[in-house]
Amino acid sequence: MSYDPIMLLDAYRRMRAIREFEETMRREVQAGTVPGFVHLYCGEEAIAVGACMHLADTDYIGSTHRGHGHCIAKGCDFEGLLLEIYCKQGGLCNGKGGSMHMADLRKGMLGANAIVGGAPPIAIGAALSAQVLGNKGVALAFIGDGASNQGTVFESMNMASCLKLPMIFMYENNGYAEFSGVKWHMGSADITSRAAGFGMSSVKVDGTDFFAVYDAMSAAVARARNGEGPSSIEAVAMRWYGHFEGDMQKYRKSGEVDELRRTSDPLVKFEARATAEFGIDADELREIDEELREMIEDALAIAKAAPKPTPDALYTDVYASY
Amino acid sequence: MPVKNIRDAINETLKLEMRRDDRVVVIGEDVVGGLGGSSGVEEAAGGTFGITTGLAAEFGRRRVIDTPITESAIIGMAGGAALTGLRPVAELMFIDFIGVCFDQILNQIAKFRYMFGGRADVPVVIRTMIGAGAGTGPQHSQALYNMLMHVPGIKVVLPSNAYDAKGLLATAIRDNDPVVFCEHKCMYLETCEVPEESYTIPFGVAKVTREGTDVTIVALSRMVMLANQVADKLKSEGISVEVIDPRTISPLDTDAILASVRKTGRLVAVDECNPYCSVASEITSLVACEAIGSLKSAPVKVTSPHTPVPAAPNLEQLYAPDAAAIEAAVRRVLG
Repeated sequence: MSYDPIMLLDAYRRMRAIREFEETMRREVQAGTVPGFVHLYCGEEAIAVGACMHLADTDYIGSTHRGHGHCIAKGCDFEGLLLEIYCKQGGLCNGKGGSMHMADLRKGMLGANAIVGGAPPIAIGAALSAQVLGNKGVALAFIGDGASNQGTVFESMNMASCLKLPMIFMYENNGYAEFSGVKWHMGSADITSRAAGFGMSSVKVDGTDFFAVYDAMSAAVARARNGEGPSSIEAVAMRWYGHFEGDMQKYRKSGEVDELRRTSDPLVKFEARATAEFGIDADELREIDEELREMIEDALAIAKAAPKPTPDALYTDVYASY
Repeated sequence: MPVKNIRDAINETLKLEMRRDDRVVVIGEDVVGGLGGSSGVEEAAGGTFGITTGLAAEFGRRRVIDTPITESAIIGMAGGAALTGLRPVAELMFIDFIGVCFDQILNQIAKFRYMFGGRADVPVVIRTMIGAGAGTGPQHSQALYNMLMHVPGIKVVLPSNAYDAKGLLATAIRDNDPVVFCEHKCMYLETCEVPEESYTIPFGVAKVTREGTDVTIVALSRMVMLANQVADKLKSEGISVEVIDPRTISPLDTDAILASVRKTGRLVAVDECNPYCSVASEITSLVACEAIGSLKSAPVKVTSPHTPVPAAPNLEQLYAPDAAAIEAAVRRVLG
């Protein structure tokens, strides 16, 4: 298969943006500037981007508590995201959602979600809208390996299958549900075999390989847009950091993350193949790196300096009218 | 007497009750914490907040049952086990997650005894974490215990200090009805004197934490601490405030509340729930119906506003009642 170089540069930009954004967040959490709890996406960049490269603003995604990467892959801007993470005026949710509840409906981002398994039923709702409205839209839910055990997820898969919804279940198997390893918390050998049981196309891919995720999504999106119903993709990519920043991670063996960085960094793997096989120029990638670094630092400075919500904001937006 | 915090008092009670009765088991997400990890350290966490630390080591994995993230199955399984010979203490990590498993509580566990014609014991405890103030945002910070008070068949416990937490949890575990035990996430490190030995505190018996004659404050959970501060402050101004901590809201010690209001003639009801159908509403309703003749002024409710809990720390600070709000309410009922 060949890939359009413009698409590849865009994909790289989004993956690098996630990495740079999350490493910046990690630095800031350690410096104590970030309110609330933050769950980082490093190591999983190829999943969000491999999926979202196929989606337009009119397509919808449901996300998880580990949602920054999904937001960036779906096109949310750094400033809106950072203002929200810092709970400031002008954030994507005016500071009332924060890191775990960020949403941007203009970009088809239905929200990070602090309820494990909370998003899939909402995402099949977006798929239903697309089906009823006949607009060829698709919906996708990112679902962690932990959430894959929730009843809401099973029910959503069955419903999507029954109604032939234009829906993609994108499982992010990152190795751990909070502090518990996937080998312990999942009764079946994998998620893929479960999803197949609901009567949908179900594949498993290396979630650190952008090309593998992209290709699997290609087929899934085509099925969805052609009215052929839902698909499941299980993308396996271990997370690099804790459940939340500050997690002691005593459940992980030492050296595990170093090994992941050395052998399965999604960005390194992407660059190696993109430059060797598809004529992407490494210098151009370095320019993107530099540009993103600057953009994120600028947005961060704006977010830190921005005003907090005014006290009356506590009472607004509970209803449209009351 | 040794001084302990609420977290340790709960941990100690779980151990004491598990030693006392082999049928007591602990069930929940990461209650061992670290199973299946690459380090091989089984008890990497001992619960999200370390509440269940050391249980797996002492009692083994047969009785300390770590589960996937799957609230309906956790709560339903605990209910089923309670019907069939165990005495489970299930952990619903945050009370907000009740949304995921409410059917098992509302339509199943709460109704077993009644709809089975009294032919079932349901000795299950659901330990859960409530409250705003820890920066955990709209879906991890609610109080919600008022919703459980509404459901017949469930007992609802709200300890406000380590001593009560220990005694009330022991009672909950030995009780043959379903009990929801609500721990405030901002209070785990609050300390007081707690005896080493095991003891129980009966449900439905309020504690008078401050005696007074001018105003009655009925406060719950973390609000008790704030109400006590207000009572101590106003004492120096010659205002005598009585603080009542019901400790359990179902059953509710209505006698203690009514007796206090009949003495003081004034009521402030303080509760971290949202205002409509709050426990504060129930208490003011109780007093209006049963003791209106004793009232010298209209009762005042102090609750969180009718909004979700915001993520922004500066807004969250305005969310739950604080000592200033309680003090203002006391001054208002005094006229």
